[in-house]
Amino acid sequence: MNKPGYFGQWGGAYIPEVLYETFRELKEIYAKAKADPSFWQEYVDLMGSYSCRPTPLTHAENLTRHFGGAQIFIKREDLNHTGAHKANNVMGQGLLVKRMGKTRVIAETGAGQHGVACATMAAKFGFACTIYMGEEDVHRQRPNVFWMEKLGATVVPVTTGSRTLKDAINEAFRDWVSNMDTTHYVMGTVCGPHPFPEMVAWFQSIIGLEARKQIIASHGTLPARVYACVGGGSNAMGIFQGFLGDTEVELIGVEAGGKGLGTGQHAARLASNDASPGVAQGYKTMFLQDSDGQMRDTHSVAAGLDYIGVSPLLTDLWEKGRVRFAAATDQEVMAALDLTIKKEGIIPALESRHAFVQAFKEAGELPSDQAIIINQSGRGDKDIFTIAHAFDDPSWKEFIRKKGEEYATR
Amino acid sequence: MQLAEQIREARSKKEILLMTHLVLGYPSFAVNREVIRQMVENGVDIIELQIPFSEPMADGPMIIKANQEAIANGTKVADCLAFAAEMAAEHDIPFLFMTYYNILFKYGLKDFLNKAKEIGIRGFIIPDLPPEEGEEYLRLVKDLDLAPIQIFAPTSTEERMRTLADHGAGFIYCVARRGVTGSKTEFDASFDAYLARCRKATDLPLAVGFGISNREDVQVLTGKADLAVIGTATIRLVEEKGSEAVGPFIAGLR
Ligand SMILES: Cc1ncc(COP(=O)(O)O)c(C=O)c1O
Repeated sequence: MNKPGYFGQWGGAYIPEVLYETFRELKEIYAKAKADPSFWQEYVDLMGSYSCRPTPLTHAENLTRHFGGAQIFIKREDLNHTGAHKANNVMGQGLLVKRMGKTRVIAETGAGQHGVACATMAAKFGFACTIYMGEEDVHRQRPNVFWMEKLGATVVPVTTGSRTLKDAINEAFRDWVSNMDTTHYVMGTVCGPHPFPEMVAWFQSIIGLEARKQIIASHGTLPARVYACVGGGSNAMGIFQGFLGDTEVELIGVEAGGKGLGTGQHAARLASNDASPGVAQGYKTMFLQDSDGQMRDTHSVAAGLDYIGVSPLLTDLWEKGRVRFAAATDQEVMAALDLTIKKEGIIPALESRHAFVQAFKEAGELPSDQAIIINQSGRGDKDIFTIAHAFDDPSWKEFIRKKGEEYATR
Repeated sequence: MQLAEQIREARSKKEILLMTHLVLGYPSFAVNREVIRQMVENGVDIIELQIPFSEPMADGPMIIKANQEAIANGTKVADCLAFAAEMAAEHDIPFLFMTYYNILFKYGLKDFLNKAKEIGIRGFIIPDLPPEEGEEYLRLVKDLDLAPIQIFAPTSTEERMRTLADHGAGFIYCVARRGVTGSKTEFDASFDAYLARCRKATDLPLAVGFGISNREDVQVLTGKADLAVIGTATIRLVEEKGSEAVGPFIAGLR
C-alpha cells in the first residue's frame, strides 16, 4: 500500500509546518468535491458555458497526407477560453476556492498561460489575484503580462534564482505562508506537494475523457499513440488519463530538448540521463540538479517547459514503462511551426509544438489505418514576439520600430 | 549530555539563551569563521549553520540572497562539512545544521547523518521535512543520539504540537509568526497566547525565531522562551558594517 500522495516512490508533501493546517483543509475540501458527483457536473457545465468544452478533435488531413502514415488527430485545447488547457485546472480550483470561502488567489506562471487563466478565473469569481512570474519569462511572454494586468491581477516579476518557473513557484509559496488564511495557491501543474499533483490531474482528466470518446467516434478505434508536451505535466496527464487502461495505446511525453541533450542546456528530465531523484518545491521526483542537490539552470525556447522537475505521476509511469519520453530541440520546434500553419492553418504554442515535432518524426512509421493524437495544449498567439524574432520577419520588425518611435516621441 | 539537558543546564544560569544563525560560504568561510569567533566570545549559546540550497522556500529575501551567492561562489556541501568540523572542534558550544531536505537526500541520508555525528554536530533543523515524510530521518537521528529539532507554527493546533513534540528532541523551534524569515514580528497578546500553547504542548525547551533583531525583542522573550534565535539580523549587520560589528551587537542583546 502506498503512502497517500505517493505514486510509486514519487510525490509526497514536503511542506513547512506553517502550511500543515492549510493543506489539511485543502485535502479535505478536495476529497469532498471528488466524492460529490454534482461537483464534477458543476465543473463540466462551467467549462461548457465559459470555456469551449468539449474541445474538438481535429482530423489533420493535410498533415496526414504529407507524412503518408498514421491518421493525425489534434486535440484542440488551444480553443479553451484563454487559449490553453490551463483553463481547466483554474476553473476547477476556483470552484474549490469558493467552497473554502477564501477571497484571494495566487499563482506561478512560466509561459503566462496559467497566469492569464488564473487572472480570468479571479475576475469571474471576484477574487483578488497576484501572479508570480520569473523576470526572464516576463520579457519573453510580454503579451500575457499585459492581459494579466488588464484582468486586474498584480504581476510580480521574480528576480531570485534563475528567474524562471521554479523561482516563481518559490515566491508563490513565500506569499502563501504569510497569507494562507485568505489565500489559495492555484498551483498550475501536476507538481508540488500532495494533493496538488493528484488534484490538478483530476481536473485535467477532462481532456482524456473527451478525447477517448471522440477518437472512437471519428476513427472507430483507439489511437496507436498519443503525444503531449511535458513541462510540469498537466496537459500530458490530462490526455493520458483517457488511455492509461488501454495498454495497446502508446503514450509519449515530449520534453524540452533546448539546445540539444548533449549541451546540458535543456529541460529534459526523463528523456535525458541528466536528472536524478530529489526533493524540492514540496515533492519528490527526478530533478535536473548537481551532485550536491543544487538545482541546475534549465533552458528551453518555451517558457512553459523550462522547469527543473516533472510530475511525480509521470515519473512513476515512466519508471513503470507506461509512458515513453522524448525531447524536441528549440530548432526542431521552430521548424515544425511552418508546417502546421501552412498545412492546417493551426498555430500551436511553442510548448505544444514539442509534441508535434515528435509525432511528425513517427507518423510515417505507422500504417494509414492507425490513428495518432497530438495534444495541442495551447495556441501560439502569446509567442508572437519570439516567433517573429526567430523568423526574422522584416515587416514585423518595421512595425515594432515604428511603434517604438511613436512611443519615444510622446 | 543530550542537547535538551545541556540547554536546561545553561538556562539555570542565564535567563535566556541566544541561538544565532549564519549561511555557510556567505560571504565567505573566512568571514563565517570570524563571525562565529565573535559570537562565541560574546556568549552565544548555540549556533545554527545553514548549508546553502538553491531553493530556500521558507526563507526571506536576505537569506535567499545569501544562499544564492554562497552557491554562486562555489560553496559545496563537502566544504560546509569540513568547515563545520573545524568549528565544532574549536568552540565549546553546540552547533546545528539547518538546511533543506534535498541536501541530505542527495548526499545519502544515512551517510550525511553519520558524517554530522562524526564531526560533532548536535542536531538538525530541516524546515521542509515534516515527521510524516521523515520517518527514516527521525529514526536514524535518534539512533545517533542527535536532535531532530521540530518546528511549531502559530497555525499549528495543540494536537499537532503534541505530535511534533513526540518526534522532537533538543528543543522546539517556535516560528514566531506566519511568513518567511527576515521581517519584523509583532509581540502582541496573540503571540503570548501562542507561546502559552507551545509551552503547554511540550516539556522541551522553546526557541523563538523569525524577526528577532534587537535587545527589546530578546527582553520580550525573556521569561517566556528558553532561547531567542537571531537570524537575518546578523547577516544584515555583517553586510552593512562588517564582521567586527557582530561582537558588540551580540554583547548588547542581553
Ligand atoms: C500551452 C502550454 N502547454 C504546456 C505547458 C506546460 O505545462 P504542463 O506540462 O503542465 O502542461 C504550458 C505551461 O505554461 C503551456 O502554457
